[in-house]
Amino acid sequence: MIDKIFFNFTRFSALLILLIVAWIFVVLFNHSLEAMHTFGLDFITQDEWAPNVGKFGAKAAIIGSVISTFLAMLLAIPVAIGVAIFLSEIAHDKIKSFFGVSVELLAAIPSVIYGMWGLFFFVPILRDTFGGMGIGLLAAGIVLAIMILPFMAAVTRDAMNTTPDILKESAYALGGTQWDVIKDIIIPYAKAGIIGSLILALGRAIGETMAVTFVMGNVHKVPGSILDPTTSIPVTLANEFTEADSSLYFSSLFGLALTLLVMSFVVIAIAKFYFLRKARRA
Amino acid sequence: MTAVQKRILINKIALGFSTLSAIIALAFLFWILGVLAMKGMSALNWNIFIYEGAPPGYEDSGLKHALVGQLILVGMATIIGVPLGILAGTYLSEYGKNSKLAHTIRDISDIMMSAPSIVIGAFVYAIIVMPMGHFSAWAGAIALAIIMIPIILRTTDDMLQLVPGTLREAAFALGAPKYKVIKDVVYRGAKAGILTGVLLGIARVAGETAPLLFTSFNDNFFTTDLNAAMPSLTVTMFNYAISPYEDWQQLGWAAAFILSMFILGLNIMGRLILLAGKRK
Repeated sequence: MIDKIFFNFTRFSALLILLIVAWIFVVLFNHSLEAMHTFGLDFITQDEWAPNVGKFGAKAAIIGSVISTFLAMLLAIPVAIGVAIFLSEIAHDKIKSFFGVSVELLAAIPSVIYGMWGLFFFVPILRDTFGGMGIGLLAAGIVLAIMILPFMAAVTRDAMNTTPDILKESAYALGGTQWDVIKDIIIPYAKAGIIGSLILALGRAIGETMAVTFVMGNVHKVPGSILDPTTSIPVTLANEFTEADSSLYFSSLFGLALTLLVMSFVVIAIAKFYFLRKARRA
Repeated sequence: MTAVQKRILINKIALGFSTLSAIIALAFLFWILGVLAMKGMSALNWNIFIYEGAPPGYEDSGLKHALVGQLILVGMATIIGVPLGILAGTYLSEYGKNSKLAHTIRDISDIMMSAPSIVIGAFVYAIIVMPMGHFSAWAGAIALAIIMIPIILRTTDDMLQLVPGTLREAAFALGAPKYKVIKDVVYRGAKAGILTGVLLGIARVAGETAPLLFTSFNDNFFTTDLNAAMPSLTVTMFNYAISPYEDWQQLGWAAAFILSMFILGLNIMGRLILLAGKRK
């Protein structure tokens, strides 16, 4: 009797997860219907976002999201791979544990603090170097890159560490230098795992709100250069959700949220179910 | 230059770049941590714990409202999220095992762990704030709980699976019903692991800002009313930091420092418990 109750409780809780995820999709979809009916495909192909005349085109936000994430990846990937190589092949055990603690430290910092740091300390530097406002795509890309770097380096290192020692030792025995071993043994062996980790980091970066809200600018315009202030989906949501005053406005914001959810779901699913699963099987 | 010399040179250059990138990463790390520590500590004083929010320019302004609000929000999220997460993890490890349903649930919760938290905020806004007509602490806590559940579910699942099957069989052989076996044998064996998962889950949601922006919203004054907007450290930090007033920005840094220390403490505690559990 109690046994049955307990079993049903646990099963209910487990099913609740599926229910919540489905519910999220349904709710976001339902609430964005109005915008979809009104704008159709224009919603993602138009860049005019003018609440006062009831026009909502999400192109600028989508492009801002994609480019800022792309910039972040461009900056973070080489450094992350470098750090991962350093940690798995070069560093002493003591340095390794020191680095491990540092990564934990960084992971403990809420993302809103990265945003504050970016706004108060990094944006002025950009402003002095490149002129202009300082806030914009480049600032967002850099802050985002710094934020995902620890996570990215840690998972890439884990992927590299799966290379069996015997493979590495065989290569050394043939006279390979450390770099030869890294380039011809470790990277080919751990390829799927490394790519999976990088894409997973991308999935996180694309939905990151607080780190970029400070430094993006929230201007609904397709940027002409990476120094221009623009917006992204999470930034628009964070800034405008509490200001929305018409149902069409709300509906458009829910449309943005749905777009973001689908984008990150797809990216994370590709990382998890294609690359990381392949890596585990290999 | 011989081929060997060339390879050695390339080796040195490549390893040099790798070390350089580690140094760059560390430099940024210390930059951010340094700023956080310096700005945070210089803004810390007792007033912060005594006074609630005040208009800019007032001396007697503090963060009491946000500190208490944060504790209430995270506490409520913990009360909602932890039991659900542990029960769901129990189902996966003890009943679902390798069934298709269990694997689907694991996959979905893995994705949920990395899903954008602001979307959860929008979802909770639609199902709770809109029907109620106003922001509330409940909405904020539920948004945080939704983020917490997949984390606790996965760690519980992993930790329970580490308990050896022979222990379960021994208990079954004594005639114990399954719920008793789970409660008295499996849970007891995985206690340290589950606790660590819970602490990490709490640490994770304590730093969330985005899902609170339009669920619990913010308030500059002390409140314990769960049906009204509730201030939190993260949202307060955000609002103060983007304000043009220097003393508000100062308070923002103090909040950042206190919150980071809190989260770091939870993380360290989680690791220590896990280590202590392993040593036994």
